Amino acid sequence: MFLHEARLKRQSIFDSLFRNLTRVAAFSVLILLAAIIGSLIIGSMPAIHAFGFGFLVSPDWDPVNDQFGALVPIVGTLITSGIALLIAIPVSFGIALFLTELSPRALRRPLGVAIELLAGIPSIIYGMWGLFVFAPLFADHVEPWLNEHIGVLPYIGPFFSGPPMGIGILTASIILAIMVIPFIASVMRDVFDVVPVMLKESAYGLGSTTWEVMLRIVLPYTKVGVAGGIMLGLGRALGETMAVTFVIGNAHELGKSLLNPGNSISSALANEFTEAFGELYTAALIELGLILFFITFVVLSLARYMLYRLGQREGKAS
Amino acid sequence: MIDLYTRRRIANATGLTIAVAAMAFGLFWLCWILWTLLGRGLPALTPMVFSQMTPPPGSSGGLLNAIFGSLMMTIGGTAIGTPIGILAGTYLAEFGQRGWLAPITRFINDILLSAPSIVIGLFVYEIYVVHVKHFSGWAGTIALAIIVIPIVIRTTENMLRLVPSTLREAAASLGAPQWKIVSFVTLRAARAGIITGVMLAIARISGETAPLLFTALNNQFWSSDMDQPMANLPVVIFQFAMSPYEDWQSLAWAGALLITFSVLTLNILARVLFRQSASTH
Repeated sequence: MFLHEARLKRQSIFDSLFRNLTRVAAFSVLILLAAIIGSLIIGSMPAIHAFGFGFLVSPDWDPVNDQFGALVPIVGTLITSGIALLIAIPVSFGIALFLTELSPRALRRPLGVAIELLAGIPSIIYGMWGLFVFAPLFADHVEPWLNEHIGVLPYIGPFFSGPPMGIGILTASIILAIMVIPFIASVMRDVFDVVPVMLKESAYGLGSTTWEVMLRIVLPYTKVGVAGGIMLGLGRALGETMAVTFVIGNAHELGKSLLNPGNSISSALANEFTEAFGELYTAALIELGLILFFITFVVLSLARYMLYRLGQREGKAS
Repeated sequence: MIDLYTRRRIANATGLTIAVAAMAFGLFWLCWILWTLLGRGLPALTPMVFSQMTPPPGSSGGLLNAIFGSLMMTIGGTAIGTPIGILAGTYLAEFGQRGWLAPITRFINDILLSAPSIVIGLFVYEIYVVHVKHFSGWAGTIALAIIVIPIVIRTTENMLRLVPSTLREAAASLGAPQWKIVSFVTLRAARAGIITGVMLAIARISGETAPLLFTALNNQFWSSDMDQPMANLPVVIFQFAMSPYEDWQSLAWAGALLITFSVLTLNILARVLFRQSASTH
């Protein structure tokens, strides 16, 4: 009897040990986040002291004279990601529509996996392929055409005129678009799948076409989730490093044309960090990293919040 | 004048055609990239790639030290990241019903899951490389482990939630203590799914370049000392592809082919494995 109680007691000690072990592991995730933010802030302190808020709006980037400003990389990051989304959103919607409504049942899975494999290709491969294969073709065939036909238009013309080098903001944006399509498309497909079949069948029963069902029934029902998926893709695009580094041209200039080379936060880091000399240069680069982390943190939080809201409504409906 | 019916049919046909075109657009890039890799990588993939070290510019060589370094750091990163990820995922799924820790951890984890990997590299540089004052294989391993953790947490939690609660109740009614229920019943039932998650994590880190740039850096020579800068495939590819030397570029293509096909194979294997186990349940 006594022995039995001792054994029970030992098991309950094991229980609390195990529970606390898992709790510590979960807590370490929070510590990790705090440590990332903390170390980046500490690392960028010299630059924060030296430049203050002016760092965010100054276009200077002069390592020799220790003058640093983040405007060019920040603008480059936002523009490339923005153009990438403009291309990726309609394509992803088309892919999700195809996979949920049009595809023959037997092809649905293999095609879905193929799109997901596009997300599996390492980003450095996109970069290499972009530099050696895509950029030369783009320079020879697409950019001269853009120069001739769109570059002469009023208002938008200046954005598309410039030397056809193949390397620049537009090339980086297109490659980013290809990279985020699978992320957005797979979220869209998943949220389209949660639309109650009854709702869709009712619309079909009233004589709607597939296109109308998608646009008027499925899309309004899932709009929060779709927006979440887009934000998720944006988060990916903002932080993407290697693919952009290969093709953006790494020039600290704020050209008007999208064909000009530019820079993004992540590619500035990848190119310059190991070669940075002096405390201030390193600190300025770390502050760039901090800014990037902050932007992606906000975007990804919004994405999660939206997807969570969709999930909640789904719970209520059933 | 087109009547309403015809107009709706035209809109439908246009919309659906665009959807098919979008699908073709996606597949087109996949095929093009893989085709390029095969076309440029296969001719460069000689036995020398697996038997020689990375060469100085202008001479021939292989990628042996880079392949070895990549393997070491990937194995190390997985070995460190997986246990932490599984434990934390277990907490979220099994113990975290009440309290503030689980929802916040879940949220933060989802953000870390897609956080820019270059920032992880900066972080490890700040907390480790700066203090030991040199780049090293360990620093690269830590950076990769930090990328593994959120992926494993996420899949572990999802997979544990799929385990029917009747299984837990059955074990509890036999008098099993909670730690036994979790480790011998639920974790075991979710094993295939968790392994899938670990494989996906390995696939993800074996192609990661950005976090290694500031941590493991690179090493032109053979080195099995994890405390020294270590060669690894992604950084070698980056350096060689950006160089003007033709020998280096063709080695970079060989390395690119190696990485891509091992990553894609892992991805497909993970899916097949998961589907098989799901169909036997």
